[in-house]
Amino acid sequence: MNGGPLLESADHGGRLALSAGGAWTAERASELERLIERVIARHPRVDGVDIDMGGVERLDTFGAWLLERLMRALAAAGGEARVVSLPDRYRGLVLQAQELNRAAPAPARGHALGAAIAALGRNVGEVGADLVAAVAMIGALAAALGRAALRPRSFRFTSLVHQIDRVGWRAVPIVLLITFLIGGILAQQGLFHFREFGAEIYVVDMIGILVLREVGVLMVAIMVAGRSGSSYTAELGSMKMREEIDALRTMGFDPIDVLVLPRVLALVIAVPCLAFLGSMAALYGGGLMCWLYGGMSPEVFLARLRQAIDLQDFAIGLIKAPFMGLIIGVIAGTQGLAVKGSAESLGLKTTDSVVKSIFLVILLDGFLAVFFAAIGL
Amino acid sequence: MTDMANDDAVIRVRDLTVGFDGAPVLDRLSLDVMRGEILGFVGASGAGKSVLMRTIIGLVPKRSGLIEVDGVDLGAASESARRAIERRWGILFQQGALFSSLTVRQNVQFPIREHLRLSGRLIDEIARAKLEMVGLPPDVADKYPAALSGGMTKRVALARALALDPDIVFLDEPTSGLDPIGAGEFDELIRTLQRTLGLTVFMVTHDLDSLHTVCDRIAVLAEGRVITAGPIPTMLASEHPWVKSYFRGKRSRAGARAA
Repeated sequence: MNGGPLLESADHGGRLALSAGGAWTAERASELERLIERVIARHPRVDGVDIDMGGVERLDTFGAWLLERLMRALAAAGGEARVVSLPDRYRGLVLQAQELNRAAPAPARGHALGAAIAALGRNVGEVGADLVAAVAMIGALAAALGRAALRPRSFRFTSLVHQIDRVGWRAVPIVLLITFLIGGILAQQGLFHFREFGAEIYVVDMIGILVLREVGVLMVAIMVAGRSGSSYTAELGSMKMREEIDALRTMGFDPIDVLVLPRVLALVIAVPCLAFLGSMAALYGGGLMCWLYGGMSPEVFLARLRQAIDLQDFAIGLIKAPFMGLIIGVIAGTQGLAVKGSAESLGLKTTDSVVKSIFLVILLDGFLAVFFAAIGL
Repeated sequence: MTDMANDDAVIRVRDLTVGFDGAPVLDRLSLDVMRGEILGFVGASGAGKSVLMRTIIGLVPKRSGLIEVDGVDLGAASESARRAIERRWGILFQQGALFSSLTVRQNVQFPIREHLRLSGRLIDEIARAKLEMVGLPPDVADKYPAALSGGMTKRVALARALALDPDIVFLDEPTSGLDPIGAGEFDELIRTLQRTLGLTVFMVTHDLDSLHTVCDRIAVLAEGRVITAGPIPTMLASEHPWVKSYFRGKRSRAGARAA
């Protein structure tokens, strides 16, 4: 069926005669395009052309368009092209092809360098817009909290409990496991290097202060951002895509009240609890490593730990946790509500949510560390 | 009539049974789609119209039965034979199913680019031609699907379904969600394209106007099988209660005239 030459040309005294054959279809369009371009290139000037389409077995849009392209090129070369003995069943298609692509193609997009600079400008603008959106979200949350305080019955308590279960209770096993391992790794590294100075006992100081002040809460915040912040963004984003948020609005509910506030509050409550559990697990892991790897008995570890840390270290760690929860919640909510219609946008915003909340959590931790040092804590 | 017509059936479904858990949705269903016709497929919501379409195109597994496209048994066909068949059909999903991360132009170019080795210029020209054929202005080409109206989405989806010049087109409720004028234009478009390109159209629809104006034949699905098939007069003459209330009920043309 696909056999036979697609296009043959012959000169008949100044008039060019082309005879077509075979299947002028999508499968052979590539081959056909080359043949047609060759004919066009070989005949820069023509007087008249007859294109005999009688031998064509099959013709589809690809073939019809290429025929039309050939006719337009020949017409531009000065020759009047005529199609002869076209089978009737293809007449409509060829006529339609004559109407197609008459409008000039859309102008090519601007300069590559210009586009790159424009993209840079847009990104800078987006950073500002993100900041504004986050501040607006904090404001909206404060207003929602105020409304809930005035009318406590309007507050979604069931939703809050459900969210605490999701981001707090169900996160406990993985948080315990990871912080336990981190505590163990810190202890092992400390023991290995402190041993050179015979200062193994100070490993307990290091673990105690590091875990309680920084690592416990930071690890937990990063885990929560990856685990729950991303899921909140994806959830709110797909609700936005499916117009559920608009539906809420039209029923007279503020999506911040109904969706975002319970989630953010759940994070503010759950992150300190998880940070406490995580810190304990890390100390446990550190103690176990000291015993098994460093040969330090649990009694010695506990006695030294009691000397090395006080309640202040513990308080400084935990005081940061609710703020980290707040950051994660605010970013997740902002990014979720910023999702546009496409699946790609949902993915982008989810990534953004995790990256930005981890970045901000670490930034906050750094600032607070400097701040606490400055006020002598 | 049946024997003669059967010879020219592009899609032949025999004793097809499809079910998920428990009772089958389609129960020993048989149906022929003739070459070059527009077949309207109707049935109550949840009767399994979309399930049949999705089973034919291979998205839903069947329990038993035979599905033949152009004489090729899809259940027994080799991978390459299946691919060859799949190349020859285009599908318009109910919600359009446009790739949301690609522009309209890229959506239409996607199947061409993946299936055929063509020059960039030709791909571009063909994509523009297809968009023009479904009646879209050229400035739509660089938009993303999220920015399109319902009617435009359907047109772009149709252009994509037609990208490879298929012989068979499956349309899942092509006019749902369109206003009557838009729906009428879309019906007209399907009719025109079907004539110019010589398509066979399998159309799942609820739109009585589409059934009256563009469909050559109508098949009615109820109780898991095709209870009757034929042109509009056959439908109007049917005494099956569901068919009767569908074609002669209050919302039908006959009903409207009687009122």
